[in-house]
Amino acid sequence: MVPPAQFDSYYGKPVIKAPVWKSPQIPGYLFLGGLAGASSLIGAGAQVTGRPALARAAKAGAFGAGCVSVAALVHDLGRPARFLNMLRVFKVTSPLSVGSWLLSAYVPAAGAAAFSATTGRMPRIGAAATAGAALLGPGVAAYTAALISDTAVPAWHEGYPELPFVFAGSAATAAGGLGLLAAPADQSDPARYLAIFGIAAELAASSRLKRRIGMVAEPYRSGRGGAYLRAGQVLSVAGAAGSMLARRSRLAGAVSGATLLAASAATRWGIFHAGLDSAADPRYTIVPQRERLRERQREREHPQAQDRR
Amino acid sequence: MSDPEATASSGQAEQQPRLGFFTDTSVCIGCKACEVACKEWNHVPEDGLLLTGMSYDNSVGLGADTWRHVAFIEQRRPARTVLAENGPAGTGDGGEFRWLMSSDVCKHCTHAACLDVCPTGALFRTEFGTVVVQEDVCNGCGYCIPACPYGVIDQRKDDGRAWKCTMCYDRLGAGLEPACAKACPTESIQFGPLDELRERAAGRLADLHEAGVSDARLYGADPGDGVGGDGAFFLLLDEPEVYGLPPDPVVTTRDLPSIWRHAAAAAAMLAAGAAAAFAASGRRR
Amino acid sequence: MAECHPVGFQWVMEAKARGAKIVHIDPRFTRTSALADLHVPLRAGTDIAFLGGIVHYVLSQEKYFREYVLNYTNAATILTQDYADTEDLDGVFAGLDTEHRVYDYRAWQYEGMEVQAASGERDLAYDDRPGDAGASVRQAARGEAHGSGGADVGTGTPRRDETLTHPRCVFQVLKHHFARYTPELVEQVCGVPADVFGRVCELLTENSGRDRTSALVYSVGWTQHTVGVQYVRTASILQTLLGNIGRPGGGILALRGHASIQGSTDIPTLFDLLPGYIPMPHAHSSEDLESFVQAESVRSGFWANMRAYTVSLLKAWWGEAATAETDFCFDYLPRLTGSHSTYETVLAQLAGDCKGYFLLGENPAVGSANGRMQRLAMANLDWLVVRDFSLIESATWWLDGPEIESGELRTEDIRTEVFFMPAAAHTEKSGSFTNTQRMLQWHHTAVEPAGDARSELWFTYHLGRKIREKLGRGPGSADEMNRPVLDLTWDYPTSGRTAEPDSEAVLAEINGWDADGKPLSAYTQLAGDGSTACGCWIYCGCYADGVNQAARRKPGREQSWVAPEWGWAWPANRRVLYNRASADPDGKPWSERKALIWWDQDTGSWTGHDIPDFVPDRAPSYRPPDDATGVDAISGIDPFIMQADGKAWLFAPAGLTDGPLPTHYEPQDSPFRNLLYGQQRNPVRQVTVFRNKHNRLQPSGDEPGSDVFPYVTTTYRLTEHHTAGGMSRFLPYLSELQPEFFCEVSPQLAAERGLEHLGWATIVSARAAIEARVLVTERIRPLTVQGRTLHQVGLPYHWGSNGCTTGDSANDLTALSLDPNVHIQEVKAFACDIRPGRRPRGPARLELVRQYQARAGITDQTGMGL
Ligand SMILES: Nc1nc2c(c(=O)[nH]1)N[C@H]1C(S)=C(S)[C@@H](COP(=O)(O)OP(=O)(O)OC[C@H]3O[C@@H](n4cnc5c(=O)[nH]c(N)nc54)[C@H](O)[C@@H]3O)O[C@H]1N2
Ligand SMILES: Nc1nc2c(c(=O)[nH]1)N[C@H]1C(S)=C(S)[C@@H](COP(=O)(O)OP(=O)(O)OC[C@H]3O[C@@H](n4cnc5c(=O)[nH]c(N)nc54)[C@H](O)[C@@H]3O)O[C@H]1N2
Ligand code: SF4
Ligand code: SF4
Ligand code: SF4
Ligand code: SF4
Ligand code: SF4
Ligand SMILES: [Mo]
Repeated sequence: MVPPAQFDSYYGKPVIKAPVWKSPQIPGYLFLGGLAGASSLIGAGAQVTGRPALARAAKAGAFGAGCVSVAALVHDLGRPARFLNMLRVFKVTSPLSVGSWLLSAYVPAAGAAAFSATTGRMPRIGAAATAGAALLGPGVAAYTAALISDTAVPAWHEGYPELPFVFAGSAATAAGGLGLLAAPADQSDPARYLAIFGIAAELAASSRLKRRIGMVAEPYRSGRGGAYLRAGQVLSVAGAAGSMLARRSRLAGAVSGATLLAASAATRWGIFHAGLDSAADPRYTIVPQRERLRERQREREHPQAQDRR
Repeated sequence: MSDPEATASSGQAEQQPRLGFFTDTSVCIGCKACEVACKEWNHVPEDGLLLTGMSYDNSVGLGADTWRHVAFIEQRRPARTVLAENGPAGTGDGGEFRWLMSSDVCKHCTHAACLDVCPTGALFRTEFGTVVVQEDVCNGCGYCIPACPYGVIDQRKDDGRAWKCTMCYDRLGAGLEPACAKACPTESIQFGPLDELRERAAGRLADLHEAGVSDARLYGADPGDGVGGDGAFFLLLDEPEVYGLPPDPVVTTRDLPSIWRHAAAAAAMLAAGAAAAFAASGRRR
Repeated sequence: MAECHPVGFQWVMEAKARGAKIVHIDPRFTRTSALADLHVPLRAGTDIAFLGGIVHYVLSQEKYFREYVLNYTNAATILTQDYADTEDLDGVFAGLDTEHRVYDYRAWQYEGMEVQAASGERDLAYDDRPGDAGASVRQAARGEAHGSGGADVGTGTPRRDETLTHPRCVFQVLKHHFARYTPELVEQVCGVPADVFGRVCELLTENSGRDRTSALVYSVGWTQHTVGVQYVRTASILQTLLGNIGRPGGGILALRGHASIQGSTDIPTLFDLLPGYIPMPHAHSSEDLESFVQAESVRSGFWANMRAYTVSLLKAWWGEAATAETDFCFDYLPRLTGSHSTYETVLAQLAGDCKGYFLLGENPAVGSANGRMQRLAMANLDWLVVRDFSLIESATWWLDGPEIESGELRTEDIRTEVFFMPAAAHTEKSGSFTNTQRMLQWHHTAVEPAGDARSELWFTYHLGRKIREKLGRGPGSADEMNRPVLDLTWDYPTSGRTAEPDSEAVLAEINGWDADGKPLSAYTQLAGDGSTACGCWIYCGCYADGVNQAARRKPGREQSWVAPEWGWAWPANRRVLYNRASADPDGKPWSERKALIWWDQDTGSWTGHDIPDFVPDRAPSYRPPDDATGVDAISGIDPFIMQADGKAWLFAPAGLTDGPLPTHYEPQDSPFRNLLYGQQRNPVRQVTVFRNKHNRLQPSGDEPGSDVFPYVTTTYRLTEHHTAGGMSRFLPYLSELQPEFFCEVSPQLAAERGLEHLGWATIVSARAAIEARVLVTERIRPLTVQGRTLHQVGLPYHWGSNGCTTGDSANDLTALSLDPNVHIQEVKAFACDIRPGRRPRGPARLELVRQYQARAGITDQTGMGL
């Protein structure tokens, strides 16, 4: 057996600072952003394919989730009154800046779409807003992955190639779940398919992630993060199976929809906590960096051995 | 990300030489004058009377209310040629005993993740090439905190904003050296134009190596490293992680283009998935 | 040094960068050890054995600087036949009066000298009283009266043997005395392995000689012992043998404590001295100025001018009233009746004799040895004035002190009236600091004191002014008794909102003036006829030309390496004392590398980098005629001009109360017996007066019960705190850096006693039980002493019950048992016990101590033996 990684640290204290972001605000923000963004896609698709109840539910859900997600973010700011400072500048180097701008375009669009869909007024503006929200939706669902990856938190940063897919998948799961929950059985097919697609994407991406990043993936398996993620997987599978029955039963649709929503939320909570855990333990910062240095050293010493791996 | 040298990106018309710190831990006596001078000058609040048992370090690490932090490491290492006479000599059970001390501070990175990710522009690059938070702009979003690869910047609990070393921006503006450097009795903290400091550090390293202190190494002095070199770099006597420093820090935004590409691909996948879901469902029957 | 003098330590680091080797000798591995080339842990309280071992090495390996030793020291001088060494008397010197526990120094004389006006305590021979009376003079700390020079040696020409072979010449006596201090003995006594000890010997001797010099640096780790002065004497012998005195890069550097502690011995806060180390007169009946000077001054050297110094001082104090007719008001000076040190004052308080107490910038409830006794004594006062920045423990013991908690005292029963007055800090007033280099540095008021805070100068001046006003008015104002106060020159100009006296006016008075009121420029101008006034003869010149010389701040890079224009150093702005020794007998530098001053044949004067500490035009060839006195009696090759014979004293024929040579004695409370001699402790240590139920001592060495206190404790400072804590525990920024009282123990002791890192421990002595958090650290190493493992316990002594961080006081453990020369308390080495867990509360705490006393069989006789 490989001996446990030996490493030095300063009294076991973390090297980096864990995010000060709080739960439920921030995992909630991640979850709701995904739910909103993907729901806007359902809203638009449902409108185009003539599923008004699904469209209504999705648009209203998107707007609601968008609003609560912003509220969660604002609430987490030490000084909520200063949310407007987010819009002082636009910085591509800051996913939070990009996201803030994205949200500030997206939420009004989602709002107009929802308003039109639920009241039936201003259909032309509603259609445009629906299109706009659907256009921005995937971005809203995926940028949060960029947001957390763009940190020094090992479990997040190391996972940046897969996390957006996990997030997008999870967003699809959530939006699908909402569709199942809120729409009549005869309109819920796309929601079901989207949810299944989402689950598949999420599972594929996250298993690749865990394989690729080695020991840094431990927090995704253990601790609070691991527990949430395992719950998410169980709920996903259960939700997916349940959704198959939803065609026949409104109740089954509702239960499986709720299960899928919970699955997506659990995934976000899991990723959030795995990140915090990976930041709190200096091992996850030091060991990979040490390894990286050793690798570079080896390359310097034996340039030809480079592709041995 | 391939920023030009940090000062160039400060957007200041007047070109100042980039200023920084060279902290030579081989002469640090752990007096903590730097910690206290920093707090006095910058009105940083006292942050807790906690006996940690971490040798003589009771301030634990850098944070919102500790902008200079002196680490204390008691260690027994296999005896080496260097400093072989140091430590309770002769009776080597388990090797030579050392007590390392090192004063840590914000690195004022050439490529500063904190600054890059700050959504409000509260963090900015000064005309001296340093990285400073504008306290009236910071909205406490906390993004800079996990972005910093060194765990420097942190949130002040009672006001929610992020705080860290300013390299005494106000003092630099008045032509004074930073309070911590001024207070340091042994010149462990050296302040000046970064170029000069790098030269001096190379000289000091060579001297130490010549004197047999083979453990000595520079940390953060290399402009080719993951953060483009630190504006505050160090001479250490052991591996960085022993001092609580990351061995190979990388500015997180170095990967940002790729992060964005992956996010975009994922967004596209989501859109495609939705389209497929609707396609598979067809129009409503 | 890094811990307590971090700013000064920068020069050590600079020297290290230039290749100097730093050796640190300390029971603990400290911040200094961390930067040193070699750390040598030793058992606390054994440095005389350690240094004595080096002396032995130097003598036996012939590593001494022969030419220097022969010419500049008393190595060749032959001692009287009466002299008997500790080698001959099993640990005591000739002349011991075992009943009164004092030495008769006359047994330590040079042969051929007429033992005339006594020795160390020159005043002793005033009427040559045996027994009690003489002892009271001796106990009045006359040993301290040599801050600027040596004691007298009588008249006549001592016999010398330039071959250094005469069995009674100092050199041979020295060899004989230190013959036992072998590396093996050092190992047994100090716990320092012989090879490590050998390395120290080599490093020191390799770096001493013509071309190289080494400095010894010490502070209170060497002084706070019952043999503290003899620690420093051992160092002097060593440095003198190696030729490391009076030369650049050499010397023995006493790092001082409070910012101007050197100043407060020069212009003393000590009971036994007048300014400039003039002894305080003793209460002999009808002694006049002339007989005082006769008794105290020496025949040769600069101390021969003591009359001029004393008269000028009296002129400065009593001005017009001090005339030849009034004997210059000599009668106005207070008189000593014995030792009145701070610790005797405590006894007087307990006895009810001392009823009022001013504490200006002192916190004895925490800082002085036997803190319990300090507080209990203060509770017996009528009134107490405390001037400080914060409400220190010495101002609040009646409300929340440990004795209130234990129930020994009840607030409502205490009748002491306590006045607290806020004090201005050094930044809020102008004045001078004198550092260890005898250098005065002026500081100017940076900010005005806030609120009611006032300077000491303000307080003293206005208190004096009011007292004088009261005495000068009404009936009895003409009473003779009031004259000393009413005749004082008390006329300093004041200014500002608070009527702050002008501190420069005080400096000008200290410097002195001539009959025309012109500032003096050197103490050589002082006269004994009343034509000059000078508040402190050694400071004469600090205000030369009416300019505050102490305020000079010319940067080092703008002047020579000696930097004479930074501040002002006494005497006469010399930076290296006795610097004549930097040149060979012919007046040429010993080596170019170490040149400091030299004789210039062409100009017929001494010249060089520093101001020569010698008669400027005295040629190396000058030999005094037999009848020469005073300065003229110093020959051209006698660099140590403040010594009566111009020589450095390897053997001190006078001046010390506890022996002419240092010898190792065990500390008062020690778990070991003295391996060298039957004599366990310093026989003349000051202890019997402190026999008191609050000051119980412990059995030592082989005595039954000594194993109840098996460990050695030492107390010390942390960089983060200051002394008794008044200036650090009340500051959040410092408190957070060391937030709790702790004890430092080795992992081995922790295992032996079940102590847990960060847990609690109770430390017990015969005086008290205190508790501290535990820091287990390899920085404390067990030592092997006398064949067994010795554990030491480290205790910082900064804590008390008030402030941001509070804790028990280490000084509650310590005992009153003092060095006989300077009355310093032994707080650096004492035996203790340590046990896991917190101490009992309330009366149970005293009960625990009583149990320990009973277990160890402690009575009022324990530890009191000779
Ligand atoms: N930060 C800080 N600086 C200070 C002070 C302060 O309180 N805090 N106080 C000032 C004052 S008043 C003074 S007097 C000076 C004192 O300055 P120092 O004398 O340096 O202070 P200490 O820490 O009391 O003692 C010094 C060392 O003596 C060691 N020691 C104890 N016993 C022995 C022994 O028997 N032999 C030897 N060789 N070493 C022994 C102790 O372990 C300790 O490390 O510092 C001054 N400077
Ligand atoms: N166990 C043990 N005991 C020791 C020692 C040890 O090493 N071990 N060391 C001894 C030594 S060397 C010393 S010096 C003593 C120190 O013992 P103390 O002198 O009793 O202790 P400090 O805390 O220095 O007290 C000085 C006080 O003066 C106040 N102060 C400062 N400046 C001014 C001023 O300008 N005016 C006035 N009025 N007040 C002022 C400060 O606030 C402080 O409270 O402790 C001694 N006791
Ligand atoms: S060390 Fe951290 S806080 Fe300092 S500039 Fe670099 S990234 Fe920013
Ligand atoms: S907490 Fe303040 S400084 Fe940090 S990223 Fe947010 S706005 Fe910028
Ligand atoms: S440069 Fe100024 S702000 Fe930064 S650590 Fe030093 S004193 Fe503090
Ligand atoms: S002031 Fe200098 S010597 Fe003191 S702890 Fe800080 S860096 Fe070290
Ligand atoms: S406190 Fe003052 S005297 Fe002590 S080291 Fe610092 S500067 Fe020097
Ligand atoms: Mo002191």
